[in-house]
Amino acid sequence: MPLVKGGNIADDAFVHLADDAELPDAGDVLVSAARFLHDPEALLRRPGKVGVTWPNSRDVDDLVPYLGRLGTVALVFPTFRDGRAYSQARLLRERFSYRGELRATGQVLRDQFVFMLRAGFDAFEVKKQNDAEAFTQTVKRYSVFYQPTGDGRLTALHRRMQLRHSESAGL
Amino acid sequence: MTSPLEQKKIRIAGPSIVTANRTWDGAVIYRTAQQGWSAELSDAVIVRSNDEARALLAESVADDLGAVGAYIAPVEITEGGTVEPGNLREQIRRSGVTIGLPVQA
Amino acid sequence: MYAYDEIDRTLINERVSEFRDQVKRRLSGELTEDEFKMLRLQNGVYLQLHAYMFRVAIPYGTLSSRQLRRLAHVARKYDRGYGHFTTRQNIQFNWIKLAELPDALADLAEVGIHAMQTSGNNTRNVTSDQWAGVAPGEVEDPRIWAEILRQYTTLHPEFSFLPRKFKFAISASPHDRAAIKIHDIGLRLHKNDKGETGFEVLVGGGLGRTPFIAKTIKPFVHGRDLLSYVEAIMRVYNQYGRRDNIYKARIKILVHELGIEKFAAEVEEEWQQMRDGALKLDDDVVEDIRARFFYPNYEKLPHMSDELRKAAQDQRFEAWRRNSVFMHKVQGYAIVTLSLKPVGGPPGDATADQMDALADIADKYSFGEIRVGHEQNLALPHVARRDLPALWKALDKIGLATPNVNLISDIIACPGLDYCSLANARSIPIAQELTRRFANHDTANLIGRLHINISGCINACGHHHVGHIGILGVEKNGEEFYQITIGGRADENAELGTLIGPSVKFEEVADVVEDIVEAYLALRATPDELFIDTVKRLGIEPFRERVYATR
Repeated sequence: MPLVKGGNIADDAFVHLADDAELPDAGDVLVSAARFLHDPEALLRRPGKVGVTWPNSRDVDDLVPYLGRLGTVALVFPTFRDGRAYSQARLLRERFSYRGELRATGQVLRDQFVFMLRAGFDAFEVKKQNDAEAFTQTVKRYSVFYQPTGDGRLTALHRRMQLRHSESAGL
Repeated sequence: MTSPLEQKKIRIAGPSIVTANRTWDGAVIYRTAQQGWSAELSDAVIVRSNDEARALLAESVADDLGAVGAYIAPVEITEGGTVEPGNLREQIRRSGVTIGLPVQA
Repeated sequence: MYAYDEIDRTLINERVSEFRDQVKRRLSGELTEDEFKMLRLQNGVYLQLHAYMFRVAIPYGTLSSRQLRRLAHVARKYDRGYGHFTTRQNIQFNWIKLAELPDALADLAEVGIHAMQTSGNNTRNVTSDQWAGVAPGEVEDPRIWAEILRQYTTLHPEFSFLPRKFKFAISASPHDRAAIKIHDIGLRLHKNDKGETGFEVLVGGGLGRTPFIAKTIKPFVHGRDLLSYVEAIMRVYNQYGRRDNIYKARIKILVHELGIEKFAAEVEEEWQQMRDGALKLDDDVVEDIRARFFYPNYEKLPHMSDELRKAAQDQRFEAWRRNSVFMHKVQGYAIVTLSLKPVGGPPGDATADQMDALADIADKYSFGEIRVGHEQNLALPHVARRDLPALWKALDKIGLATPNVNLISDIIACPGLDYCSLANARSIPIAQELTRRFANHDTANLIGRLHINISGCINACGHHHVGHIGILGVEKNGEEFYQITIGGRADENAELGTLIGPSVKFEEVADVVEDIVEAYLALRATPDELFIDTVKRLGIEPFRERVYATR
């Protein structure tokens, strides 16, 4: 399952660790929420980054105290039709000012890339190889956005206001 | 005519066929014995047991490119041996709407 | 009429390109049906009995003549020469080919029409009052806010994969013609004591398997807070709405299970954290949208004219005028409802020829504007009263002047088993037979306002729960049966109807309706007492007795 980061297929530094698997001495690991919350300090203390896969059926509140120290937060789309992770992503970015890597996992398909980027994801465990290869092309599909999210893009409403002002300023 | 989209268990009440809609244009089609599809009901392969029905449906559903929304539907076999739709829903699918289409003035 | 600008058009075109690519990948096998289905639904494409069905958006029910002509073109080129207007102010084409859809969408995009989110588990067409902008006594034009909402909800990254569909309606008049109380979010536009525009926000209305009338969550949300408040509601729903059972996934179930107080508290908690953020609507942004709505240059006209006086001699004209012509907020003008319920015809359908002719008529008599109502009729919103006789002649010629608006033969019906793969029974033939039984206009006028709603299955697309008489198709042993309810209403006094007894066969439905009408005529206190009021006064017992005495 290719990882896309920064628009390109990249190597994944994080090892996905099952709950009963031994913790490696070094290197970056991605663990479940249950495992993380069981002993967060132990995980955060070790050399190498730790990331948490947070279930989409749980509020992100319990993760918030650790956000500044996590290497990645992985959210889940059990099917692409289950959109709860979009809300979680926006809350992490916009309400809790999370700045680290925010990863989309699960059934991650080409036709949701734009939504995911806008919601704040910047890393994608893409299901299909050719979807991963088409990433850069796909995210250019849209240039107009009606509503504001944390992605900083100017909304249509505000672009119009800008145009109006520059018109009336005779520019 | 309870929507067959709600079929969970496969249990046929008599001779049955598999029908679907053609992917590219939505036309009504029937699964044939040659693992293809035909727009003619007379070409449909008939199953008479739950196992046969299940197998036929599984194989039909696997043809994701050729057909959408495959399900099992009842048929009636007349004395003369011709195959007729087994309920009103299938009659409508084969013959079209029961009402006049709006006519241009 | 809202004028789309470069920005709006760009978005529509980008959407068409995207869908073209998605269809290509579906037909090449790169996308499975499981992956494609939600994508096609989000472009209004259903799979029906005979073919795909294509649902095109008509935002808040407003069309220009140019757009109507293009709909006629799509009907001719890609379909079988007609379209069906729906209970959510959209239009449906029943025979469209998937492979041709991108081209049909491209043709529509040229005139600013799209099919975004007319299906799927996302927000749907924001509907409104078909008399918006011209109704006497309206607080202000609700379509301004409907357009603001339309833009806000279109391709919203957070809310495109909700637990289930989500429908908005907005009304700005004392009499609710938009049925806001049966919507997921209903908005009643009004002004507070300071004269500021705001909304009573209602949530959790909806029909289907578990019908609910919407409850008020907040009596006044200021206009500038509308979008942030809506976002708070949607975020709570997106996170907590049920996803385990499609029959329990609408927001009405969440509101019911939590209770309105707890639900309101959840929304409030979320809203307090974001109400001053980027969604706060500045006055100049609202004014920018308002400025893009075109209103006609009305002439100064008298209420009466020579043309009208002369035409009053014509009985047929007078019958139509008294039935289909309504007061306009500007003197000398009228709102004209065009019945799409001809005797013996399928309710809500119009042919491509009728659409083209109507576009010309709209250019001549209504400043090029047409409206679509949720009762599946059309309207011309700006007709000079002096033009009414000429207008009537033109409409009569193309079969759009049946004087049965709001009467018993003005039936709302879903497509039913003739078209729809979800249906248990047919609805259109029932409607057709009823229009034949009550074809006599004197009889229909004697009966007075009576709304019949017919649904072919429990999904209730015909809104049978809120019909004065509601008819629901069910299946018993492979045969079509119908449950009859009475006493429902969809307006500001919205109520669900009550079942009067066991279901009856297809052949009996029209007889049952006749029995109900006979009982009403015998029991009404005065000739002015409406059917719905007689039912309210007496309850369903006398009607039940009458219908089931011999059955």
